[in-house]
Amino acid sequence: MRVLHRHRWLTPALLLLPGIAWLAIFFLVPLGFLGYQSLQSGSFDTGYSFSWHFANFSDAISSYDTQLIRSFVYAGVATVVALLISYPLVYWIAFRSGRWKNLFLLLIVAPLFVTYLVRTLAWLNILADEGPVVGILRAIHVLGSDGRILATSVAVVAGITYNFLPFMALPLYVSLEQIDPRLLEAAEDLYASKRQAFLRVTLPLSAPGIVAGTLLTFIPAAGDFINAQLLGTPRQFMVGNVIQSKFLELIDYPAAAALSFVLMALILAGLLLYARVVGTERLTG
Amino acid sequence: MRRIRKHLLPAYATLAFLYLLLPIGVVIFFSFNNPTGRFNYVWEGFTFDNWVHWDAVPGIRDAVVTSLQLAAISTIVATAIGTLVALGIVRHRFRGRSLVNVLVFLPMSTPEIVLGASLLTLFLNMRIVTGFVTIFIAHVMFIISYVVVTVKARLIDFDRHLEEAAMDLGANEWVTFRKITLPLLAPAILSAALLGFALSVDDFVITYFVSGGTTTFPLFVWGAARVSVPPQVNVIASAVFLVALLVMAANVVWQIRSGRREDETLPPALPVPEQLPQAVTR
Repeated sequence: MRVLHRHRWLTPALLLLPGIAWLAIFFLVPLGFLGYQSLQSGSFDTGYSFSWHFANFSDAISSYDTQLIRSFVYAGVATVVALLISYPLVYWIAFRSGRWKNLFLLLIVAPLFVTYLVRTLAWLNILADEGPVVGILRAIHVLGSDGRILATSVAVVAGITYNFLPFMALPLYVSLEQIDPRLLEAAEDLYASKRQAFLRVTLPLSAPGIVAGTLLTFIPAAGDFINAQLLGTPRQFMVGNVIQSKFLELIDYPAAAALSFVLMALILAGLLLYARVVGTERLTG
Repeated sequence: MRRIRKHLLPAYATLAFLYLLLPIGVVIFFSFNNPTGRFNYVWEGFTFDNWVHWDAVPGIRDAVVTSLQLAAISTIVATAIGTLVALGIVRHRFRGRSLVNVLVFLPMSTPEIVLGASLLTLFLNMRIVTGFVTIFIAHVMFIISYVVVTVKARLIDFDRHLEEAAMDLGANEWVTFRKITLPLLAPAILSAALLGFALSVDDFVITYFVSGGTTTFPLFVWGAARVSVPPQVNVIASAVFLVALLVMAANVVWQIRSGRREDETLPPALPVPEQLPQAVTR
């Protein structure tokens, strides 16, 4: 104790040391190795060696531009759909559900308690060609008589939307819940219609939730490969599928590492652009 | 018109909840299916067999045991380490504090596939054989951040007068920590541990990269999905779901009992929303 008193910096240093060391060694250092690996050249047979091989990056982008673009389109669509689905829902929970709020919140996060892969596989049951959903859609001629949903982009985007919806809904709920009801009363006192009060008060005040939810949904969605693998075909594969197969099946480490970096860089660039558009002060809340 | 409008939102909410819960229902429902062929996609008949013989599929018992062991030890380690970090960040002013914050948040805002891939390159280059230990390392790594965020949130609105009172009454720092700080932090630490456990049990992507020959339950499901998924997988998933639900309910009840503000009885899952964007832009 006396030593700790004499050296005031010692206490925080000791508290932080294990955690920071763990994150440095198993998060930062690996990123360094990923960068190192991405600049190597060679082949699986001859072995890979470091050679500032920047061509890995241009090759990654030019060979897999379809998958890269597809990842961002799928993730973008899924994020927007998740926002549209969850906003009215959490609005209802925050303002109209009364004393059962916590129960409804529990229902929103309930899907997260079912193993990710298993809840994705459940959509195989639901959307199966012989299943009820496809049957109904065929009967009302939305789908042709041999039309299907599985193995299409719709199935993959639907899967991503479903899997990451709670990540959108929770921050939205938090921001709506924090709105002081007196502000809405004030708006009504000042003769705002319901619609005006929503557009001018509620919506702007929930913006931090929309921003946080968008990030929390988009980032994991862009790197996902499970939905494309289980609900789609190679024609729906995203960049995650390519990285995964190059790393673990084709053993093409440099290309896979370069592609991982491209994915991360694009996400970061997207974040910065997004920060520009919505304004940093809104992002930092 | 107005009457319709009044019911619009509740009706919508009902539909949305149906959509959210439908797959869960399907998972549980199909755990009672009695498929005649290899595939468990179409309903063919009711049976309790899958529940009674949940480990009849080769490898499934080992996978479940491995998952539980991994989750238990990585949660314990990550919760301890993460709580210390939270204490360090909230209770002390030092240079590089915001850097520490960023380091804690970065893993949460990095796609899992990048986390998994980069860890694999580390292990490959260091010639470390992947397996149980490397999965443990990875799980602790990604759980720490969530623990820090959860415990930090509680520490920030912590009433320090109680600690001062204890010290005034002659308790030294260690006794104060043990008798005052720790008990008051306990609900947050427990929430963090539950979240960590859930994240660990459910993790597929990172685990897939660093697993070597070790099979966790999600990896088992992935392997099975390539051929055919036995209904026993639904049994395990349903059981995990029900246990998680019970634990959550118990946690909420306990938090209400211990007299916390009602809005803090939020499910312990996902404590990230407010802090994450700050970390990303700072």
